[in-house]
Amino acid sequence: MRFARGGPPAWTERRKDEVARLVALYPEGRSAIMPLLHLAQEERGFITQGDLEAIAGVLGMPMSAVESVASFYAMYHGERTGRFVVTVCTSLPCHMAHADRVVEAFKKALGIEEGETTPDGLITLEATSECLAACDAGPVVQVNREYFLRLNPVKVRDLVTALRQDDGEALARLAEYPSTGEALFAARVREVGGRV
Amino acid sequence: MFEPVLTRGIGTLNLTDLHVYEDQGGYQALHRAVHDMSPGDVVHEVIASGLRGRGGAGFPTGRKWTFLPDDGRPRYLVCNADESEPGTFSNRMLIEKHPHQLLEGVLLAAYAIRAARSFIYIRGEMKRGYDMLIQALDEARARGYVGEHILGTDFSQEIVVHRGAGAYICGEETALLDSLEGKRGEPWLRPPFPAGRGLYGMPTIINNVETLSSLPHILGKGAAWYRSLGSEKSAGPKIFSVSGQVANPGNYELPLGTTLRQVIETAGGLLPRRRFKAAQPGGGSAPLLVEKHLDTPMDFESVAAAGSMLGTAGVIVYDDSICLVKAAQVMAAFYANESCSQCTPCRVGTQRILDILTRMTRGRGREEDLDALEELSWGVKMASLCGLGQTAPNLVLSALRHFRWEFEEHVRSRARSCPADVCWPRGRRPENRHAAARGYQP
Repeated sequence: MRFARGGPPAWTERRKDEVARLVALYPEGRSAIMPLLHLAQEERGFITQGDLEAIAGVLGMPMSAVESVASFYAMYHGERTGRFVVTVCTSLPCHMAHADRVVEAFKKALGIEEGETTPDGLITLEATSECLAACDAGPVVQVNREYFLRLNPVKVRDLVTALRQDDGEALARLAEYPSTGEALFAARVREVGGRV
Repeated sequence: MFEPVLTRGIGTLNLTDLHVYEDQGGYQALHRAVHDMSPGDVVHEVIASGLRGRGGAGFPTGRKWTFLPDDGRPRYLVCNADESEPGTFSNRMLIEKHPHQLLEGVLLAAYAIRAARSFIYIRGEMKRGYDMLIQALDEARARGYVGEHILGTDFSQEIVVHRGAGAYICGEETALLDSLEGKRGEPWLRPPFPAGRGLYGMPTIINNVETLSSLPHILGKGAAWYRSLGSEKSAGPKIFSVSGQVANPGNYELPLGTTLRQVIETAGGLLPRRRFKAAQPGGGSAPLLVEKHLDTPMDFESVAAAGSMLGTAGVIVYDDSICLVKAAQVMAAFYANESCSQCTPCRVGTQRILDILTRMTRGRGREEDLDALEELSWGVKMASLCGLGQTAPNLVLSALRHFRWEFEEHVRSRARSCPADVCWPRGRRPENRHAAARGYQP
């Protein structure tokens, strides 16, 4: 079974209005299955059988159908994850920028392998082959879906230290990098470039 | 000099602020459309502009809209913001830095096709983009641009932002519709085409972020102005996402028809003392272009004539320090992982391609592997159901065509000849590289 066991969750009652709003957004309620799964995952960082049962109840469909959908998408976790989920992009442009060194640096700094969580339950390390759409600033890492760009083994060490100490200032400093061509657009498209 | 259109103000102005966007002429096109134009007028204007879909296929946008049957069923507009093609990052910039331009485009398209509701399907990984769009949507609603009776007219429109959850395949339009309906994202055989039977079985139009973001400019400044940019058959500006071995990777907006050489030079050119090897003009799924293609105009026809595809215009540049066997292996791992596993050629074929390439990068390739790789790739390309499988072998096939010697060398030398020093026997970098070069194996 991909999804961990769990009893009926509390969020269906507590966030009743939000659930109703999400279901009403779509012409057919079934479409709300993905938003509801995201909602469930916000609670604890992963989805349990109880969550699937609850969503099936809200939408009036069999639980197996909900599980079939949930298991298709890579972002829905079926097991407990760390407080911070670190996702390293290993797609082609990041690979050329030496993403493998970044993965190795994380493994070394955290003492775990890909797909594992540190024993203190703080950090989960994931390497994804799916491009994270910041290829101009590789190697790219997302921590809980926030971008950290142009990483290298030294910055990885700083990032891990900042996460461990929950140092918001250091994290903000590390995240500070003009993303996606912003710096280049500040000077507008250059008239003179290099040669090919 | 060419003035940026879609990206004007990005980096200097905070365009996520509704007031800033309005100061720059934002939502004027919507005013004009809903007050002075009929939906048919908008369609004609877009047809006249020559705008072609920016998502990869390059189909004329206005003509696509005319395919909707007029039978009284509700119609839906879906914006494909599931940008996940490796080497493509222009949509993320447009969403995060210029969300109102996209919303205005969605509203204009919804008005033109008389949509009952609009959806923006955004990648799950782009959490920030999602938050930006939700915030922009709330602002636009408060100013009367979204919701009931927009700008005091009879036009009403609701926009729903839907978050994906990590599946490359959902960028394929039929898989995207499945996903939006609350199912597994598995592509269907066409026909039926979404224009006739799409979301919930109703007529549906699916347009890309950049396509929709172009609409406010076309309706604001007119079709003739838009046509004057770009080349004859490929009108307008295009954002090229340049990545890989260039000095300044980034998004650059240039007219379609700019040559590959100019695109690379705009991105700062190659790194010092490096030689150009190859480039993929349309993201990781596009076949390679080589040195003789450097002066190819980057428009849909010319790139196709050169044996590749413009696709998403995500230009990945390789220089002589890059090993194409390893590059092909990295992409193969991506496809094997992202195949939806619905059809056998893609599910099994992408995995087999990966096996062979992995073997080669670890110095265990065999003489017969090259022919097997080629045959397998053609099989996957011809027999797969959707675009993922049909384009997955493109990089391998074009690398085999232009750089077959590199694959042969890898097999013959057991990966010791790797120009980038990334392929090693047994997949591990030997302790003593000089000993390894002489044939010593630990």
